[in-house]
Amino acid sequence: MNFIVDTSYFIAAILFILGLKQMSSPMTARRGIIWAGVGMVLATIITYFHKDIQHNYFWMTVAIGVGGAIAYITAKKVKMTDMPQMIALYNGMGGGAAAAIAAIVLMQNDTSHGVTHQSLAVLGALIGTIAFSGSMIAFAKLQGLMWKVYRFKNQQWINLGVFLALVLIGLYMSFSGQDYSMGLLVAFFVLALVFGVMMTIPIGGADMPVVISLYNAFTGLAVGFEGYVLGNPAMMIAGVVVGSAGTLLTQLMAKAMNRPITNVLFSNFGEGGTGEAEEVSGSMKEIEASDVAVMMAFAEKVIIVPGYGMAVAQAQHKVWEMSKLLQDRGVTVKFAIHPVAGRMPGHMNVLLAEAGVPYDIIYDLDEINEEFATADVSLVIGANDVVNPAARTDTNSPIYGMPILNADYAKNTIVIKRGKGTGFSGIENQLFFADNTRMLYGDGAAATSELISGIKDL
Amino acid sequence: MEGFIALYIFMLAAFTGYEIISKVPVILHTPLMSGSNFVHGIVLVGAMVMMGQAETGMQTVVGFVAVVLAAGNAVGGYVVTERMLEMFKSSGGKK
Repeated sequence: MNFIVDTSYFIAAILFILGLKQMSSPMTARRGIIWAGVGMVLATIITYFHKDIQHNYFWMTVAIGVGGAIAYITAKKVKMTDMPQMIALYNGMGGGAAAAIAAIVLMQNDTSHGVTHQSLAVLGALIGTIAFSGSMIAFAKLQGLMWKVYRFKNQQWINLGVFLALVLIGLYMSFSGQDYSMGLLVAFFVLALVFGVMMTIPIGGADMPVVISLYNAFTGLAVGFEGYVLGNPAMMIAGVVVGSAGTLLTQLMAKAMNRPITNVLFSNFGEGGTGEAEEVSGSMKEIEASDVAVMMAFAEKVIIVPGYGMAVAQAQHKVWEMSKLLQDRGVTVKFAIHPVAGRMPGHMNVLLAEAGVPYDIIYDLDEINEEFATADVSLVIGANDVVNPAARTDTNSPIYGMPILNADYAKNTIVIKRGKGTGFSGIENQLFFADNTRMLYGDGAAATSELISGIKDL
Repeated sequence: MEGFIALYIFMLAAFTGYEIISKVPVILHTPLMSGSNFVHGIVLVGAMVMMGQAETGMQTVVGFVAVVLAAGNAVGGYVVTERMLEMFKSSGGKK
């Protein structure tokens, strides 16, 4: 039986790797997740026959049922726009599970397995717990349960102090070879929870995707380390594969946002600029929906720049409907996606795919930025910072240096916006004051509906 | 397990993860993050083993919590990833 169990774990590990590999291409991505799913089911079922399990079969099954059912229902219900925080939530659960496993190992207080065993258990406990509490804060922030960015004096020093305490306790538990008290163990976990919270609360919503990705990598590592402790190669391989893949993904995201990972973690969005941002001159000029409809209907090329505001207004279906009307009139319609449009790289592509927009008219920043100069109209819907020209010119601006979409290079720029406020980062957008920019105020969905009826009336 | 064999496993797994991600187009970053989130749901296996060898009531309770959380990670991760990738397929078909 042991042989069958080990073989199944081996097959599961192969399926995970092949599954992830297939997810790297849109054509095979769906098959990839199914393969990985098969691996997971196989590994779970075979674990019932694992030699180390002596009892608790019933409650184990109940626990799988409870956790699975809650996750299944919430995952089925969640809207595509809320996907990032759900990933944070499920990731936090995984980190919590790894930490709980480590807690039991450490509770057994059996140092006879040697220093490597004990220190990896401690390390997994630390990383898993941080991933757990950090992900929960990330979830709360993106879900809108906790909007404020909390900062206080000497925060970095307090964090450092907590971290040093964790390291000391961890070293003691790993290397002393002596029994430690239950109180010390509890203190260790409480401090780790606090550290995860403290690390996450000063980080603004805009940086959250990077942080979620980082915690995803953390959880992977914690799972890998606990896999060693339990002598389970499937956990070791799957965990570390995710750990390294997640780390790379985090770097890619941070790079797309032009925010080094250390900046995301140790400074705050909006502190990059040294002085006051440049004064914005000019005024915002309003336009009627019917005029925009005429402008686009008789254009040759229209580039649509969707932002998170469009997704919040659930306007993507309307936008695609409008695009089809324009295409019927012979207008070339293209979508320009900024790497951080939406809340994670690729999030906007998911949202547009949901509305049925085909791949071949959706372009990345690098592919389309040259084309704005030849476009008659660029239509900015619910995007703000990613089209702010201040990123190119104003060295004092906090977003200086971030690659932006050159929406302002088009002959006419139309901005659909709910109100006159600033964007996610709280920075005034020079684009809105430019000579060739007109503002169409209103809810994304409502404004697009007006545009649709305007085009139909022509 | 021998420490050095474990080290080799960790090293090879780390390279594998790096290689897989380095060729991924931006459009798949979100589903892939979600997919890798699902893969570390394998922690469920460890949670089950731990709960199955719990020695005290306290350990059983913590084990129970571990299994609930791990099952949530695995199931939730799978469902959201599948939902996202399903849409990608249908839009690709329209071309």
